[in-house]
Amino acid sequence: MSAFDLVIRLVYLAVATCFVLGLHLMNSPVTARRGNLLSAAAMAAGVAATAVVLVHAATVRPWAWAALAAGAALGSGAGLLLARRVRMTAMPQLVSLFNAVGGGAAALIGVHDFTLHVSGTHGASLPVVLDVLIGAVTFSGSLVAAGKLQGVVPSHPILFPGARALTAVLVLAMAGASILLLTGNGGLAAFAVLAVAALGFGVSMVAPIGGADMPVVISLLNAFTGTAVAMAGFALGNGVLITAGALVGASGTILTKLMADAMNRSLTAIIAGGFGTGDDKPIEGPAGQGRVRSLSADDAAIQLAYATRVVVIPGYGLAAAQAQHQLHELAQLLEQRGVRVSYAVHPVAGRMPGHMNVLLAEAGVPYPQLADMENANAAMPQTDVAFVVGANDVVNPAARRPGTAVSGMPIIDADRAKSVIVIKRSMGHGYAGIDNELYTDPRTGMYFADAKRALGEITAAVKVLVG
Amino acid sequence: MSVQLFADLSVFVLSLLLGFEVIGRVPTTLHTPLMSAANAVHGIVLAGALLITLSADDALGYALVFVTAAFAAMNVVGGYVVTDRMLEMFRPPRGEPR
Repeated sequence: MSAFDLVIRLVYLAVATCFVLGLHLMNSPVTARRGNLLSAAAMAAGVAATAVVLVHAATVRPWAWAALAAGAALGSGAGLLLARRVRMTAMPQLVSLFNAVGGGAAALIGVHDFTLHVSGTHGASLPVVLDVLIGAVTFSGSLVAAGKLQGVVPSHPILFPGARALTAVLVLAMAGASILLLTGNGGLAAFAVLAVAALGFGVSMVAPIGGADMPVVISLLNAFTGTAVAMAGFALGNGVLITAGALVGASGTILTKLMADAMNRSLTAIIAGGFGTGDDKPIEGPAGQGRVRSLSADDAAIQLAYATRVVVIPGYGLAAAQAQHQLHELAQLLEQRGVRVSYAVHPVAGRMPGHMNVLLAEAGVPYPQLADMENANAAMPQTDVAFVVGANDVVNPAARRPGTAVSGMPIIDADRAKSVIVIKRSMGHGYAGIDNELYTDPRTGMYFADAKRALGEITAAVKVLVG
Repeated sequence: MSVQLFADLSVFVLSLLLGFEVIGRVPTTLHTPLMSAANAVHGIVLAGALLITLSADDALGYALVFVTAAFAAMNVVGGYVVTDRMLEMFRPPRGEPR
């Protein structure tokens, strides 16, 4: 190993180490920002070291330099613009888009490797085949997911006759082409079939998945991108790509499992699809079994303003109505009166893992007030009012009994608080499609309105009440 | 199996295990920034985009370099900037210094 190689390898080792340390610092909100900056600095060093390798080799054609510089400038500009402009509610689609381009770049590295020796019948190595396969699936799948989240593609499960058969054909095509390439009998045609079938499979995998399952899908695609990048690392013989890709693969896998568990759904069931739209079907006015107690804005204001301890349980309805700022305003008003307010956030609240916490942080809620499910549940019996805003299945006590659609799902124990106020548009069912017995509990008061309007009305009523 | 491939495979497996250990400790509050940060980390594929310029010597090669670099640069720059934007919003309680 020459001295030059040694220095480059040492820099790569430092870069990989800093990626790990950066992710490690993400385990507390106090150090997380520093962690991200460390990781970004390491990234800059890794890219700079690679640029030095190119200059040192002195074999890069002028046109290749030009293509590289133009592409990098264009991509950086687009990334910067999107990152600066995106609304926090649109974060899931942006993450999905970055997943798509990351996976796409990894796949193209595999394509380039293949085109270097394109003439005649020959094969491709396992890393190259896996790189193109996983990268292409991630690319098209993430684009469909981003489209669904943005509303460009319908968010309901897209199913058509023969969809399963088409998926089966695509899987067979991918398997066949891979075998030909790996045994050295494939050529350009087999490679093209592999890439096109993988792109098609990405679409056919994500299209039948409903909007409400998106937190799982994004996590899964994140894991795929990481794996694709690691495979590109194998193909290029570059250790940093392997380490970084594996770290992301691990993170995506962990989040996928957490999300699937928190939604009480198996990964297979989600991939099989055709379930879960993410939106309640609006049913006019109170309906359903059991007697429901309706509250006025004044009732709710009195109950909240004279409480000692209020726990807010925000759900998808809050994010959909973009009412997080109104919620924080009401919470601040209550805190000025000496009410202790905290937030109990279910892992799947929002559209990607932890999304609700970002929305609340954006509205100005300090992070110590954001309690995870476990801590929130421990404090629930000492809570005067559990204030449920736009959440449904995640507070359904039926989850503790066997034999219901939500059985076994971890829930926030709103029913163990001394009283409950629920803001909800209607008695429509949540994503599990079953009645919520919390609503018919005698200690529960229901306030039927859109979250934004309801919070505005209750805030106004509290202001009048306390003068 | 070559010695190099075996070494790469070892790095891959150990990095996966390390990832599980490190990331399993991240609180749910930070899962969105975590995912976004992890997203930025796989932007290291930009280094891969640089490496393929070494063997790009025709129009197809240049086109692949261009698109790969554009995709990877968007991933890495956008990923870090948006993660920083999010983490900046996680603020301590009022009155305490940042």
